Amino acid sequence: MKTHIDSSDKAAIAASYWSASTKLILGCLFVWFVVSYGFGILFVDAMNTISLGGYKLGFWFAQQGSIYVFIALIFFYARRMNAIDRDHGVDEG
Amino acid sequence: MDLKLLTYIVVGLSFAVYIGIAFWSRAGSTGEFYVAGGGVHPIANGMATGADWMSAASFISMAGLIAFLGYGGSVYLMGWTGGYVLLAMLLAPYLRKYGKFTVPEFIGDRYYSKGARMVAVVCLIFISFTYVAGQMRGVGIVFSRFLEVKITTGLIVGMGVVFVYAVLGGMKGITYTQVAQYVVLIIAYTIPAIFISVQLTGHVLPQLGLGASLTDGGGHLLDRLNTVVTDLGFAAYTSGNKSTIDIFAITMALMIGTAGLPHVIVRFFTVPKVRDARTSAGWALVFIALLYTVAPAVGAMARYNLTTTIQHGAVGQPSSNIVYEQRPDWFKRWEETGLIKFADKNGDGRIQYYNDANPAFAAKAEAFGWKGSELKVDNDIMVLANPEIAGLPDWVIALVAAGAIAAALSTAAGLLLVISSAISHDVFKGALTPNMSEKQELMVGRIAAAVAVGIAGYLGYNPPGFVAQVVAFAFGLAAASLFPAILMGIFSKSVTREGAVTGMLTGLAFTFGYILYFKGIFITPMAKNVPENWLFGISPEGIGTVGAALNFGVTFVVSKLTARPPKEVQDLIENIRLPAGAGSAHSH
Repeated sequence: MKTHIDSSDKAAIAASYWSASTKLILGCLFVWFVVSYGFGILFVDAMNTISLGGYKLGFWFAQQGSIYVFIALIFFYARRMNAIDRDHGVDEG
Repeated sequence: MDLKLLTYIVVGLSFAVYIGIAFWSRAGSTGEFYVAGGGVHPIANGMATGADWMSAASFISMAGLIAFLGYGGSVYLMGWTGGYVLLAMLLAPYLRKYGKFTVPEFIGDRYYSKGARMVAVVCLIFISFTYVAGQMRGVGIVFSRFLEVKITTGLIVGMGVVFVYAVLGGMKGITYTQVAQYVVLIIAYTIPAIFISVQLTGHVLPQLGLGASLTDGGGHLLDRLNTVVTDLGFAAYTSGNKSTIDIFAITMALMIGTAGLPHVIVRFFTVPKVRDARTSAGWALVFIALLYTVAPAVGAMARYNLTTTIQHGAVGQPSSNIVYEQRPDWFKRWEETGLIKFADKNGDGRIQYYNDANPAFAAKAEAFGWKGSELKVDNDIMVLANPEIAGLPDWVIALVAAGAIAAALSTAAGLLLVISSAISHDVFKGALTPNMSEKQELMVGRIAAAVAVGIAGYLGYNPPGFVAQVVAFAFGLAAASLFPAILMGIFSKSVTREGAVTGMLTGLAFTFGYILYFKGIFITPMAKNVPENWLFGISPEGIGTVGAALNFGVTFVVSKLTARPPKEVQDLIENIRLPAGAGSAHSH
C-alpha cells in the first residue's frame, strides 16, 4: 500500500474518478430519457401498437413503466457509484 | 357513530401524533434546526421526502387531473417522479458533500458572490410561498368539507399545528413528523383504490387492475373506457388531446423543476453520508411511486365509474341517462360543496354529460334533444369522493380526510422550513448580522418560521390565483432559475459569477413573464391562453423548459466573456466531486 500520494497522483485519481462517474451518469440518463421521453412521448404511437395485457405499451410506459425504471436506475446508479468510489479510494469508509 | 364525529376523532388523533413527535424531537442547535443534525437514516429520509414531496396537489388533485386528461395526465406522473433521477445523480450527492445548510449558501459560495446568494434567496422565497399557498388552501378545503367548518377555521387549525412542529422542531421535528404523515397518507390513498380495483377488475393491486379486464365481461378496462368516453364526444382516454411538443415540454419542466425545488434538495442534507444521499433518493422514489403508480388507476376507474353512472346505456336513448332525482347519495353530498354541479338545460329531469366543445358531437347531441352538457365536475372530487362512490365504510372516508391533511401539512412544513432557513441563515447570518451567535440565529429562524406560517395562512385564505396555476408557477421558476445554476455549479469549473447571475435572472424573467402573459395571476392576462398563441406550441405549464434552456445559454455565453472563477472556487468544485471526507453538515 502506498503511504505517500503526491499531488499529481491525486489529480490523476480525481480526473479518472470524475470521468468514470460522468460516464455512468450519462449512461443512466440515456435510459431515463428513452423510457420516458422516448417510449412514453415521442414514440408513444408506435409503442401503442403493441399491447401488454390490457395496456397499450406506450401508455403503460407513460403511466407506469417509466416510474419503475426510474427506481431501478437510481439503485443501480447508487451501487455502481459506490463501487467506483471504492475503486478510486475516495469512498467515505 | 356518525361520519363527522369519526372524522374528528381520526384527524384529531393524527394531530396528536404529529405534535407528540414534535415535542420528542425538538431542535436544540442550528444544525438540528436546518438539517436535523445530519443524522437521519436514508430510508427514514426517503419516507420523509415522500411526504414532503407529495402535496395537496398530488393527493387531492392529481388523480382527478389524470381522470380528465387521460394520457395527457402522464406529464404529472413522469414529470413528478423523473426529477428524482436527476436529483439522485446530478445534485444530491454533491450538495451533501458540500455539507452546509441551504441552497442559496451553495450558490453564494460556488459563484463567489453575495449577490448570487441573494438572487437565489429571492427565487427560493418566491417558489416556496407560491407553493405553500396551495397547501394551506388544500388544508382549508379538506377541513370545510369533512369537518364542516369554515375554510378560515380550517386554515387557523392547520397553521397552529404546523406552527408547533415547524417552529419548535425545525428540520428535525419536521422530518420525523413527515415519516408519520407519509404512513397516514399512503394508507388513506391506497385503501379506497384497492377496493375500487377489486370491484371493477377483481385485482387487488390497482397497478394491475388498470391493465386488466372488467369483471362484468366488458373487455379491458382501458378499451372500455375509451369507448365510453369517445361515445360522448370526449378524446380517447389513452391518447388525450395535448400536442407532443407540449407534453414533452411540461414533462421536462416538471422534472427539472422537481430537482430544483429547495425544500426537496435540503432533505438530502439530512443524511449522514454522500452514499446515503444516493440511496435515499431511490427510497424516496419508492415511497412516492407507491402513490404515483396507483393514481393513474384511481383516475381511470373514477372516470369510468362517474361516466357510466350518468350514462348507463346507449348514447341517445333517453332512458340511458340517469334521472336527477335518483342520483346517488355521494352525488348529493358533494353537490353541497359545489365541486359537482348540475343544471337541467333541456328540462328533461335527466343528466346529460358530454363534450359540448366538440362540434361534431354537439350536432349529434342536438339531434338527441340535448342542450349542452349539464354537469360540471371538479377534478378534486375524484379522490375525495372515491370512498363514497365505492360505498366504503365511514372510517375509510375519515382516513382520506386525515390523509389529505397530512399531505398538505407535511409539504407546507417543508416549505416553511426552507423559507425560514433562507431568512435566518442566508439573509441575517449571511449578510445583515454575520456576528450573531448560534442561539440568536436559532431564534431568528424560529421567528422567521412563525412569520412565514402567518403569511402562508393569509395566502391560503386569499390565494393568488388557482391552486394548480400556482403550482405550475413554482415548478417553472425552479426549473428556469435554480436547477441550471446548481447543475452548472457542480459540473462546470468555468461558469462564472456573472454568467450564473445573468442566467438565473434571464430564466426567471422569461418564465415569470410568459406565465403572467397568459395566466395573469396578479394582472389581467394579456393574451388568450390557447395553443395558437403559445411560443412553439408550449403552454405556460411547460415554459420552464424554455426558461431553463435560456438560462443555460446565457450563462454559457456570459461565462465565456468574463474572467474564470478564482482558485478557491476551483478547489471547492474539486472537493465536492469527491465523496471522501464528508462530515455532518456544518455552518463554517
